[in-house]
Amino acid sequence: MDGFLHLDMLILILAAAVATFATRIGGYFLITRMKTIPPRLDAALNAVPAAVLTTLVAPNFYAGGPELKIAMAVALVVGLRFNVLTMLAAGWVVVMALRHGGGW
Amino acid sequence: MTGSDFREGMRVGVPIVLSAAPFGALFGAVAVQNGQTIFEATLMSATVFAGASQLVGLELFGHRVQPWLIILSIFAVNFRHILYSAAMTRFILHFNGMQKFLTFFLLTDPQFAETVKRGESGRAVTFAWYMGLGTIIYVPWLVVTLIGALLGNLITDPKVIGLDVLLPVYFLGLVFGFRKRDNFLPVALTAAIGSILAYRYIGSPWHVSVGALAGVIVAALMPVKASAPATVEEA
Repeated sequence: MDGFLHLDMLILILAAAVATFATRIGGYFLITRMKTIPPRLDAALNAVPAAVLTTLVAPNFYAGGPELKIAMAVALVVGLRFNVLTMLAAGWVVVMALRHGGGW
Repeated sequence: MTGSDFREGMRVGVPIVLSAAPFGALFGAVAVQNGQTIFEATLMSATVFAGASQLVGLELFGHRVQPWLIILSIFAVNFRHILYSAAMTRFILHFNGMQKFLTFFLLTDPQFAETVKRGESGRAVTFAWYMGLGTIIYVPWLVVTLIGALLGNLITDPKVIGLDVLLPVYFLGLVFGFRKRDNFLPVALTAAIGSILAYRYIGSPWHVSVGALAGVIVAALMPVKASAPATVEEA
């Protein structure tokens, strides 16, 4: 994209920074005046990251071409044993092999 | 003593820097592909300083998701930091106000892990040590973001070099990081099905909120375990 800095992007970035800092300092304020969290609310909060992140994965798999689907499937299997960097390498190798070697 | 504590903190950080660097470069490269300028990408690394959530923000921005939902999603991905700051407060109570501000600004997954490790081993968590560790993570994070953004700017078709596969696989890896949590499978499966259906029948921005909400509701409705203390894990 052309340009150096756009006002709407600046606002978005700064809002993201404030939201992130709130999580970083939030526990410090909570720990002093902590009341008990209801178990169901705790379970719901506990599920938030996995639920949000899954929604960024599944539609990509659904909408992607066959080479992307295969690469993600391979990465998923790799992820059962290895870390994220290894998953990235595996997914990338598969997609590149299929696109440039397999002509997909 | 202060100088040696600072250097010791930096030494602890070296392996962390090496393992985090590819993600910073990935963020920079994907950022310019998704419409950020090089300066904006670097500014985001400098002010948000939380790799996973930065990439989530980019993905949503690329889908033209409403800004409030982008911020909410970034907040959700970073939610674990609330547990971190709560758990490490006891080790840094002796810091003054400004020091605490900087301490929490620099709080990341590895920073938390090393701080608790040091605190629990009985050694003093000094401000100098903490800043040594924080600096050696923070400064390279900006540098690799900039390098990634400069390289990403040269790429005309991300598909040719397979850049488009990295983000979904990265998020898949993050999802896997939560697989030991209670209710992981029902939550992830519900969110996956919900987001695909919403993507198919409602449209792009809404698949995130609809899918995530479905997953969270399932978690809230699951039978409650007798003892389920909030756990802290790397993500």
